[in-house]
Amino acid sequence: MSAVVPILSVLAALGLWELISRTETISQRDLPAMSTTVQALWSMVQTAAFWIAFGQTVRGWAIGLGLAAAIAIPVGIALGSSDFAASAFRVPIEFLRPIPSAALIPLLFLTLGTTLKSEIFLATFGAFWPLLVQTMYGVRDVDPIAIDTARSFRLGRFERLYRVTLPSALPYIFTGIRISSTVALILAFTAELFMGTPGLGHQMNYLESFGLNDQIYALALATGFLGVAIHFAVSALERYVLRWHPSQRKGATT
Amino acid sequence: MSPRLYRTLKISAEIAVPILLLVAWQLYTLARDDPKFPTPTTIVAEFQDLFLFSQFDTHVVPSLERIFVGFAIAVVIGVALGIPLGLSRIGRSAAMPHIEYWRAIPPPALLPISIILLHSIGNTQKISFIAFFCIFPVLLNTIDGVRGIEPTLIDTARSYRIPTHERIRRIVFPAALPQIFAGMRTSLALAVIVMVLSEYFSSTDGVGYVLLISKNTFEFKPMWAAILLIGILGYLLNALFLLVERHVLAWHRGWRAATPQ
Repeated sequence: MSAVVPILSVLAALGLWELISRTETISQRDLPAMSTTVQALWSMVQTAAFWIAFGQTVRGWAIGLGLAAAIAIPVGIALGSSDFAASAFRVPIEFLRPIPSAALIPLLFLTLGTTLKSEIFLATFGAFWPLLVQTMYGVRDVDPIAIDTARSFRLGRFERLYRVTLPSALPYIFTGIRISSTVALILAFTAELFMGTPGLGHQMNYLESFGLNDQIYALALATGFLGVAIHFAVSALERYVLRWHPSQRKGATT
Repeated sequence: MSPRLYRTLKISAEIAVPILLLVAWQLYTLARDDPKFPTPTTIVAEFQDLFLFSQFDTHVVPSLERIFVGFAIAVVIGVALGIPLGLSRIGRSAAMPHIEYWRAIPPPALLPISIILLHSIGNTQKISFIAFFCIFPVLLNTIDGVRGIEPTLIDTARSYRIPTHERIRRIVFPAALPQIFAGMRTSLALAVIVMVLSEYFSSTDGVGYVLLISKNTFEFKPMWAAILLIGILGYLLNALFLLVERHVLAWHRGWRAATPQ
C-alpha cells in the first residue's frame, strides 16, 4: 500500500513529460519525449563506451572520496582533540572552506591538465572540508565523562582514541561522508565536463558539441541514477556500520 | 602552565598561523618565480585592479544579481512547497521520489539541458539554474521543520478552531523557521557554486566569465584574482546570512535560553 502513491506519482510525472513533448508544448527537439529518451538510454547502456565512461566517473568519485577521508579524518581528530590546534588553524579553515572548488577548475586545467590527477584533486579538495568539519565536531562532542572514565581505567592514549573517541564521533563522521560523497561525485563529473578528463561528463560535453539532444537527456538521466545509487549505497553503509547507535535503531525518533 | 598564559598563547597562535602561512606562500612563490603561481601580493594588486571598483559593474554585479534572484526564488518555492508537504503524509510520499532524484543529480549534468530548454545563456538560464538547485535544501529542511512541530501545538490550535491559514501563519511557519534558515544557509553556499559553474560553462559577463576568459588566454593573474574574489564572496555571504539569521531568530534563541533543556 505504501508503495502505491510514490509509484503512481512517478508514472504521472513520466506521462506528463511524454505529453508535454508529444503535443509540442515544448518542441520535441528541445525536450525529447520520455519514450525517445528512454530508448536512447537503452541503446546507450548496451554500448561499452557508456560503461567505460561510467566506470571512469565512479573511479574519480571513489579515489577522491577515499583520499579526502584518509586525510580529513586524522586531521579532524587531531584538531578536534586539541583546543590549541583548533584555534591555531581556525582562520585558514574558515577562509578556505567556503571557496567553491569550481573556482579551481581553470587553474587545474592549466597546471595539471586534462588528467585523472586534476579530477582527483578537485574531488578530494571538495570532499575534504565537510568531512574535516564533521570530524572536528564529532571529536569535540565526545562525552567528557566517558573520556575521564577511560582515563581512570588507565586506558592509553590510543586505546582511548580507538575505544571511546572514534565510536562516539562516528555518527558525525558518517554525516560528513554522506555530504562529501555527493560533493565528490559532483566534482568528478564537473572535472570531466569542463576539463575533458574521460568519463560521463566528458561524454556529455561531446554529445553537446554535436547537438545530440536525445542522448544528452539520456545521459543526464543516467547520471541522476548514479547519484541516487551512490546516495543509497552510502546510507546503507551508514546504517550497517552504525547499527549499534541509538539513531539507527528501529523506532528511533531522531 | 597557568590558564592565563595558555589563553595568551592560544590567541597568538590564532593570529600567527594565518600570517605565517601567508608569508610562506609569498616566499615560496617568490622563489619559484613561476607565472602560473603569482605571489599573493601580485594577486591582491590584480584583485584591486579588476574588482575594486573600476570593473565591479561588469564582473561582480551580474554574478551577485544572479545569486540573489535565484536564491530568493528558491526560498519562496521551497517554503511554499515544503509547508504543505510537511503537513501531508500522502503529499510527501508522492513527492519524495522526485525530490530524491533531483537532489542527487550532479548540477553540471543539467547545464547543457538548461541551455537547450531555455534557449538562453543569459540571466534567464543562469537564474533558473541557480534557483532549481537551491530549492532542495530549503524544501527538505522546511518539510523536516514542519514535521518536527509539537503535535500538541497543532491540536490546541485546532481545538480553538483557528482556521488553517492562520494556523500555518502563526504556528507552523514560525515553528519551522529555525530549520528553514538552516536550509537557506546551505542553499546560499550552493548558489555561489552553481553560479560559478553556470557562468564558467557559457556566459558573457560575471566572475565565472573572468575565469573562462583568463583560462582561454592563459592569464594567471586575473584567474587567481577571480578565485580570491569567489572565496571572499562565499565567506561574506555566509557571514551576512548568519547576521540576518541571528536577528530574525532572536526570539527563538531567547526562548531556548529561558527554557531549561
